[in-house]
Amino acid sequence: MSLADLTITEAARGLRERRFSSRELVDAVLERAAQTEAELHAYLTLDHEGARRAADQADEELASGTDRGPLHGIPIALKDNLCTSGVETTCASQILAGYHPPYDATAVRRLREAGAVPVGKTNLDEFAMGSSTENSAYGPTRNPWDPDRVPGGSSGGSAAAVAAGSALGALGSDTGGSIRQPASLCGLVGVKPTYGLVSRYGLVAFASSLDQIGPLARTVEDAIAILEAIAGHDPADATSWAGEVPDFRAELGRGVEGLRIGTVTELSGDGYEPAVSEAVASMVAELEARGARVEEVSLPTFDVALSAYYLIAPAEASANLARFDGVRYGLRVPGATTEEMMARTRAEGFGPEVIRRILLGTYALSAGYYDAFYGQAHRVRTLIARDFARAYERVDVLVSPTSPTVAFPIGERTEDPLAMYLSDICTIPSNLAGHPAISIPIGLDDAGLPIGFQVMAPALAEPLLFRVAAEVERIAGFDARPTGVAP
Amino acid sequence: MPIDIDISHVARLARLALDDDQLELYRRQLGVILEHAARVQALDTEGVEPTGHPLGFTNAFRDDEVRPSLDREVVLAEAPEERDGYFVVPPALEGP
Repeated sequence: MSLADLTITEAARGLRERRFSSRELVDAVLERAAQTEAELHAYLTLDHEGARRAADQADEELASGTDRGPLHGIPIALKDNLCTSGVETTCASQILAGYHPPYDATAVRRLREAGAVPVGKTNLDEFAMGSSTENSAYGPTRNPWDPDRVPGGSSGGSAAAVAAGSALGALGSDTGGSIRQPASLCGLVGVKPTYGLVSRYGLVAFASSLDQIGPLARTVEDAIAILEAIAGHDPADATSWAGEVPDFRAELGRGVEGLRIGTVTELSGDGYEPAVSEAVASMVAELEARGARVEEVSLPTFDVALSAYYLIAPAEASANLARFDGVRYGLRVPGATTEEMMARTRAEGFGPEVIRRILLGTYALSAGYYDAFYGQAHRVRTLIARDFARAYERVDVLVSPTSPTVAFPIGERTEDPLAMYLSDICTIPSNLAGHPAISIPIGLDDAGLPIGFQVMAPALAEPLLFRVAAEVERIAGFDARPTGVAP
Repeated sequence: MPIDIDISHVARLARLALDDDQLELYRRQLGVILEHAARVQALDTEGVEPTGHPLGFTNAFRDDEVRPSLDREVVLAEAPEERDGYFVVPPALEGP
């Protein structure tokens, strides 16, 4: 077994027992990338030199007794919508080709301070808009479990890298499911933290009231280690949570006895693959057998959550992406006037899905339509939050599939935007409410493709979320590794 | 029944120089998506306050202090065109 296949927790132990060095760990991960990247294309940029330098520094520090904690010396991948000082950051868009940010995102800075070794920037749907990583200007990422299928998205590069062993963990961003859905499709743990728990400073904004940075990893414990490093108040993000960060490990190991677990009526039925529904139902039965009290809960507004999301997210995106105008950075296409230069730059620099969402958002915000679309979507958001609040009077956590389907074939949904959007039907409600949610791998379907189980909890209830997730992980005993790509 | 959209007007507002074929494609796709999105209108939201920040935060204040910012040279190094410490753009107004 290669060092690239270790969990973060195992690698951290090995480093402290001097069984291998961070440099050897990073070299193993870069070697795995060299073996798999031609097929997978998980990375847009691999920073060999920077990674080896950071690994050597970690080794020196550990040798001299400076221990920065569980991520010290651990190779981590970063989604390419996170600004990295001096390392190209493109958001998988032509409009940012060649852009070298003058600063690190807060989450990246905190990872470095925790001793983590960033190995590279991972592919995504352009500006994080998509559910398959096919909307990248630099070509799609493929799923390590089956290269003819998508890895999910938009953090598909981060998911494929961790699944393939070209990183031990990764950061992604989740606006409507972009961490959890690719984690589900690639057999990983993926966490969307409570809105505001992780600073968004230096995360290129898609929909500011929904975006949240979070970890993708092989185990719940690994995901916690990453989240511990990046969570906490940041004055540079006015929306960041200024209160105390919960102790994510406080409830681990307590099991689920006596917990009230709700299954969601609206997140089941037609459109869910039988293998997904059966695996989720069987996990729910296992939780019940271990003392959880299970009941079905109806949250009727979930039926319109997708509609509200596809008004709010594009509206915010149309405003956020106004900054890409050919003036200060990135692509410029010449024009006779400033307006012509801007309009040509944007039309050439953005891909079709980004243009589609900018147009949709601009329309939803434009005079005469604002209240009927954007205003109404925000009132519906309040109703969704009320549905959650009512449900949490009866149950402690809610569970569902993470995605209605396993990984789908490349190209299957690219011509039908609405079908693609339906991939996020289970994940969007937590973003609209600002609540934390996690996907845990619980098994494989008959074709050997991973199935993910979602747990949702109230705002700042991460300790409870991780308690349930750890029990789900223990019950599932999921230790399969991708078979689709050598080695 | 898909919603009818003045797509040229919307593209102009969004500063996107699209040709007629592109405009027609996006007009059709947006019609289908908006038809789905219009489901939000079926809900009774009489008297319901809109959600801005999901956790209900309002303002975050800080002290009004002068602090170092990014270095001008470093920032301008990313500009497509710069001169004398400024970003350069084509004429913003036409004619004299």
